[in-house]
Amino acid sequence: MLPFFFLICLLQLVGEAIVYVTDLPIPGPVVGMALLLAGLLINKGLPQGLDHAASGLLKYLALLFVPAGVGVTLHFNLIAREWLPITASLIIATLLTIAFCGLIMNFMDRRNG
Amino acid sequence: MDRLYTLWDHLAQTPLLGICLTLACFVLGDWINKKCKQSPLANPVLISIVLVSTVLMITKTDYQAYFNGAKYIHFLLGPATVALAVPLYKNIHHVKAALLPIIVTVIAGCLFAIFSGVGIAALLGGSRETLLSLAPKSVTAPVAMGLSEIIGGTPSLTAVLVILCGIIGAVFGGMVLNLVGVKNKKARGLAIGIASHGIGTARKLSVHETTGAFAGLGMGLNALATAVLLPLLYLFFT
Repeated sequence: MLPFFFLICLLQLVGEAIVYVTDLPIPGPVVGMALLLAGLLINKGLPQGLDHAASGLLKYLALLFVPAGVGVTLHFNLIAREWLPITASLIIATLLTIAFCGLIMNFMDRRNG
Repeated sequence: MDRLYTLWDHLAQTPLLGICLTLACFVLGDWINKKCKQSPLANPVLISIVLVSTVLMITKTDYQAYFNGAKYIHFLLGPATVALAVPLYKNIHHVKAALLPIIVTVIAGCLFAIFSGVGIAALLGGSRETLLSLAPKSVTAPVAMGLSEIIGGTPSLTAVLVILCGIIGAVFGGMVLNLVGVKNKKARGLAIGIASHGIGTARKLSVHETTGAFAGLGMGLNALATAVLLPLLYLFFT
């Protein structure tokens, strides 16, 4: 499992390096994710150790947002001032997006199959 | 006894306090979530954020002092993002079943989520900071926060918006899909995955495993699509 944890960190490192060198506006870890996915597709199989390492990290993914989320306390004024655009955008846009995606996939998948 | 008065300040200088506070609040948040039968409204992250913030406010600890310790937990978001490739790979065989519909839906949904989210907030007078923080709200939190930082939003605000977006999708997503008459299980899962990264919650909403798998697929593919498209849109529009 440890070699695969190393692999995950290494791919993030490579991702950060690629982003820095090419000046691409994409987060380094996302490039790392794309590299890992490409590797898995080429390898045509998921090593058990990698599955364990990834599951271990993702099991508590929710915990990892907490430190950054607490930073929202620094923006109380902004939220109090703009609660209407924020709430409306969150509720209306999210539900519209769900309906939109559902309808497109529904339509295309039916036509396809 | 003087030392008792300065104890908190002393401990606040070590990383341990931020780490322990985060873990304690998350364990408590997780426990409350279980007590509420894992209702999406009792989101453990949201509860933890409220608890940590309350403790910081009561003890007059500033965020920087807290983050000095909590950054070690925060750091793991990077490797966790890379690790998202694994569940995506596990669901990738579903892509072969409907390659073109999935690709079209993900790209269209990614653009729709960004434009509708930013558009509605802009119409109602949202500031630039708010709009940029809202833009990646449909993407899973680690990726959304990275994107928010790149386009000049506020990652912490984005993190909270992402969580709220996920809760809204989990609570009302099924209802909306019933309303517009989408019964196809692949479509239902994919839609909730793209719009509100609802991997676990979508699985709970459904009686079928396909819905859960497609929700995971929608989440992962939309993270990739938005990571590529959002920065390009930002460069184009600003």
